[in-house]
Amino acid sequence: MANKIKSIEELRKLRDQLKQGTAVREATSTRIIVGMGTCGIAAGAREVMQAILKELADRRIAANVETTSCIGMCAQEPLVDIAQAGKGRVTYGNIKPDAVPRLIDEHLVKGHIVDEWVIARLLPEGIV
Amino acid sequence: MLELSMHVLDALQNSVDAGATRIELRIEEDPVADRLTITVKDNGRGMAPELRARVLDPFVTTRRTRRVGLGLPLLAAAARQCEGDLTIESAPNRGTRLEAAFRASHIDRAPLGDMPATVLAILMAPRVVDVDYTHRIGEREYHFDSAEVRKELDGAPITDPSVMRWLNETLRDGEAELEGESEKGKPRT
Ligand SMILES: Nc1ncnc2c1ncn2[C@@H]1O[C@H](COP(=O)(O)OP(=O)(O)OP(=O)(O)O)[C@@H](O)[C@H]1O
Ligand SMILES: [Mg+2]
Repeated sequence: MANKIKSIEELRKLRDQLKQGTAVREATSTRIIVGMGTCGIAAGAREVMQAILKELADRRIAANVETTSCIGMCAQEPLVDIAQAGKGRVTYGNIKPDAVPRLIDEHLVKGHIVDEWVIARLLPEGIV
Repeated sequence: MLELSMHVLDALQNSVDAGATRIELRIEEDPVADRLTITVKDNGRGMAPELRARVLDPFVTTRRTRRVGLGLPLLAAAARQCEGDLTIESAPNRGTRLEAAFRASHIDRAPLGDMPATVLAILMAPRVVDVDYTHRIGEREYHFDSAEVRKELDGAPITDPSVMRWLNETLRDGEAELEGESEKGKPRT
């Protein structure tokens, strides 16, 4: 019971921090989208999602993570898309949890695409 | 699928795809009857009787990305191979209720696996969906409702990685306590 109360207090602390930092968070246009259809789940997408959330929390990197259902590229699951305003959208395929730290580091922190894992890309609008 | 919790995630994902905003999930392990029962009840758009009657056929899907729907046939096969079954009740605009039952001790029954990861993955859907989760083992039970957490957060995002970390720990502690206490309750032989 004491644990439970301590735990709720921690949640409230997080809530207050998040409310103060709203501007920073809203400014980030980065979206990370994980395919969570049947094929994705069977290939380990749930574990990839956990690895992404852990890496972002550990390194305090701002990004909006979400799931999507089947997009029809089942053979290359788990699929992870990274979309950023002005930089288009890149689809990475066959991403396993142990690939996540490098993916986040290269794409989000250093700002370059990990070409060898890319299976599709969409250029930002206006650039041809 | 390696774990029943992956089948559960797949079924919950169907509820999300059907526009549900609230999903009730129950896992009941009954050591006396040697049954494990998974129930998913959603308030999504439901299924017309023709669709509902054919949905265990893998060539039936309303997806446009591919021609087969595997989720429910795989869950039905997993249940049937363990002396169990999958039953589906659904009606348009009345939501859907699935019940998958297994003989708990069946040699082919996959382990339940990582339920916290399954519940959290549903909260990452691109719109608000709440999960009301109950895990019962014998007489003991663990309950978690994401709507309560959302209320406590008062508009701060539940999907933030820091909140997800808190949720992960909370769910894991809850499950560990449930499993631990049910172990204690077992007669020593
Ligand atoms: N909870 C639900 N509410 C409404 N319709 C559902 C629900 N679950 C399944 N369905 C319907 O049944 C169909 C088959 O579901 P199933 O999970 O077997 O395959 P799928 O979701 O189409 O594809 P997959 O699971 O392989 O990614 C779905 O396309 C959908 O039309
Ligand atoms: Mg499905």
